[in-house]
Amino acid sequence: MRRGIGTTALVAALALAATACGGGSGDTQDDGSGELSGTVTFWDTSNDAEKGVYKKIAEDFTKKHPKVKVKHVSVDFGEANNKFKNAAGGNSGAPDVMRTEVAWVADFASLGYLAPLDDTPAIDNKDDYLKTAWGSTQYDGKTYAVPQVTDTLALFYNKRLLKDAGVEVPTSLADIKKNAKKIKDKTGATALYLRGDDPYWFLPYLYGEGGDMLDADAKKITIDEAPGVKAFETMKDLVDSKAAITDLNDGWDNGQSAFKNGDAAMMINGPWAIEDSLAGKQFKDKENLGVAPVPAGSKAQGAPQGGWNLSVYAGSKNLRASYEFAKYMSSAEVQQRTTEELSLLPTRTSVYEVDSVKTNDMVEFFKPAVDKAVQRPWIAEGNSLFEPIKVSQQEVLSGKTSPKQAAKKVGDEYRKILKDWK
Amino acid sequence: MAETIQSAAKAADGEHPTGAAARGPGRVTTGENKTPGPFRRALATYWYAWAMIAPVAIVIAVIVGYPLTRGVYLSLTNANEANVERTIGINTIEATYEFIGLDNYTAILTDSVFWDRLGWTVLWTVGCVSVTFLLGLTLANMLNRKVRGRALYRIALILPWGIPAFVSVFAWRLLFNERNGLFNSVLSGGGIEGIVWLGDPFWAKVSVIAVNVWLGVPFMLVATLGALQSIPGELYEAAEMDGANAWQRFRNITLPGIRSVSSTVILLSTIWTFNMFPVIYLLTRGGPGDSSEILVTYAFRVAFLNSPRDFATSAAWGVIILVLLSLFAVAYRRVLRKQGEVW
Repeated sequence: MRRGIGTTALVAALALAATACGGGSGDTQDDGSGELSGTVTFWDTSNDAEKGVYKKIAEDFTKKHPKVKVKHVSVDFGEANNKFKNAAGGNSGAPDVMRTEVAWVADFASLGYLAPLDDTPAIDNKDDYLKTAWGSTQYDGKTYAVPQVTDTLALFYNKRLLKDAGVEVPTSLADIKKNAKKIKDKTGATALYLRGDDPYWFLPYLYGEGGDMLDADAKKITIDEAPGVKAFETMKDLVDSKAAITDLNDGWDNGQSAFKNGDAAMMINGPWAIEDSLAGKQFKDKENLGVAPVPAGSKAQGAPQGGWNLSVYAGSKNLRASYEFAKYMSSAEVQQRTTEELSLLPTRTSVYEVDSVKTNDMVEFFKPAVDKAVQRPWIAEGNSLFEPIKVSQQEVLSGKTSPKQAAKKVGDEYRKILKDWK
Repeated sequence: MAETIQSAAKAADGEHPTGAAARGPGRVTTGENKTPGPFRRALATYWYAWAMIAPVAIVIAVIVGYPLTRGVYLSLTNANEANVERTIGINTIEATYEFIGLDNYTAILTDSVFWDRLGWTVLWTVGCVSVTFLLGLTLANMLNRKVRGRALYRIALILPWGIPAFVSVFAWRLLFNERNGLFNSVLSGGGIEGIVWLGDPFWAKVSVIAVNVWLGVPFMLVATLGALQSIPGELYEAAEMDGANAWQRFRNITLPGIRSVSSTVILLSTIWTFNMFPVIYLLTRGGPGDSSEILVTYAFRVAFLNSPRDFATSAAWGVIILVLLSLFAVAYRRVLRKQGEVW
């Protein structure tokens, strides 16, 4: 029975291999003197133009807490949600702190992945936060994140192209459609770049028709009602009438390059696109970039409230340092820095009082827009509401189904996700 | 009872004439002496062989058997991300999912989504495998003769195989890009309006098939080239003497000659293509809409895109895919056997 040893060793080796797939992050957290130490792993979901600044900011935490090492990991925004769930659910490799999209907080919290932050050092001067931003951190009566930046969508326009075409900055989609030919004839540029591959960009069209995805108070699904149908129709019409160009893939890259090269005179985008847009050849003179409220639909005008929060993983081995890190990343000082360097919008009222922030062109414009932005329902399923829109939006734009069927299909999918809703 | 054991033992003896039990003088048929069961005797005889394969058997049991059984079990429950057991830091969450029998399967099989996806998956598999095989065979034939720089051509044709699939797919994605891609630049240079490659249901399907064929040809090429080279040249000479033309030689010598190889690679390629996740997921994400979605990418969508992730339904999709492929493999073998192929 000597051979049994080999088998045992093999099983042991397999078991080891199975558990060693993902290493933990920080281990120690207290060296007795009460000073913080160890490692904090931070998953940063900011885009390519922003991540360098965030890396520097995150690593500057060490200036305050010399014994804490910050490990900055840049994670693609599109994959971050899945990656975090894989890591957190499998209990290996999850970051201590993550830059979390506002709609993800309730989702992660409902699954038990996030540490509640009430009464921890992470929350500092909470009355200073904007009410809308604070709303997205709440789930089931507890706080699961701290706000870091807030945003909403707006109309970006190329001032020179509109001037050459002799067109005023449009305030509605009807304006854009009406002036599209003029812009094309005078400048060669298409009026609007319409994001066709990302469901988030559907919301201004939906709000513009006076609709919404859900009526959270009545627990009712409303996307398949008339405004939803109209929103799909409007998008399709803009593309069919050649007032807009779109792509069903790589919309961010194609849209940014069309706008930066002057092939499209306008696009709808958020503050996160400012840095990248200014790098384009059309905006060598920064003054050429104009920002206006999203164009209105036939009934109303509205853009969704977005933004990023900082959440702490419940399984973090270094909770104390993680709380401190979250506090630091949402502090007034850091928020002021991200505004100055990246034109991102702070979530603290006190930061808006600072001169450099107050006089920032982008903030001047975006602040009122954010104040009026439409809050999304902060429910656990919030993030799941986008995939059905994405599928239907692509189907409408590629001519595979009618707007009416598309809206109905989204509603049906929502009823599968939200089982007890009407 | 004793009788059956003995007949089984005899059967085992028949198969292993050198087995230990057959040698012994004490082969009693009265049933009073305890004859060791066939399993025990096999173990006694071949214990060394068993010990040698034990590590492999255990590894397979752990990495294939366990997930498989667990997957089948999950497909009979309503497990999802919110109700499975998990440990997050200090809090451990108990499992609260229930056994619900075949509900997941009935839900899937009564939904038109499944049948639509199945139709396209079959089309995609047949399309990819047939085109890949024909191209591979043609190229192999071309390389099987003496051409100058043959080695160079071979290397060039095998190159796609050496590049990780996801890298190739991303490169293709750039080529297909509607606005800045190479294909549309070429088309518009020729005065033709660019094609919405990945944004139109029809062209998206053409595109994914094209990329998969490109990825699959090297394998077919290598396999069929090997088979071609094993056909003795004398056969061709003899056929030529008899006045057989090129097509006749191809039909009557080449095709039968590579049959055992080609039937195997077609089976393998069918199974791979049926489950070819990366090409479709990375190229179109199943879009536009869900028009290029095959069964596996749809199972992924079910499992990972909604929250909480629906483990049970996606496990059921996995089991259905496995059953479909097993049925296919069995049927395929049967057809081959009928044609006299020993496989």
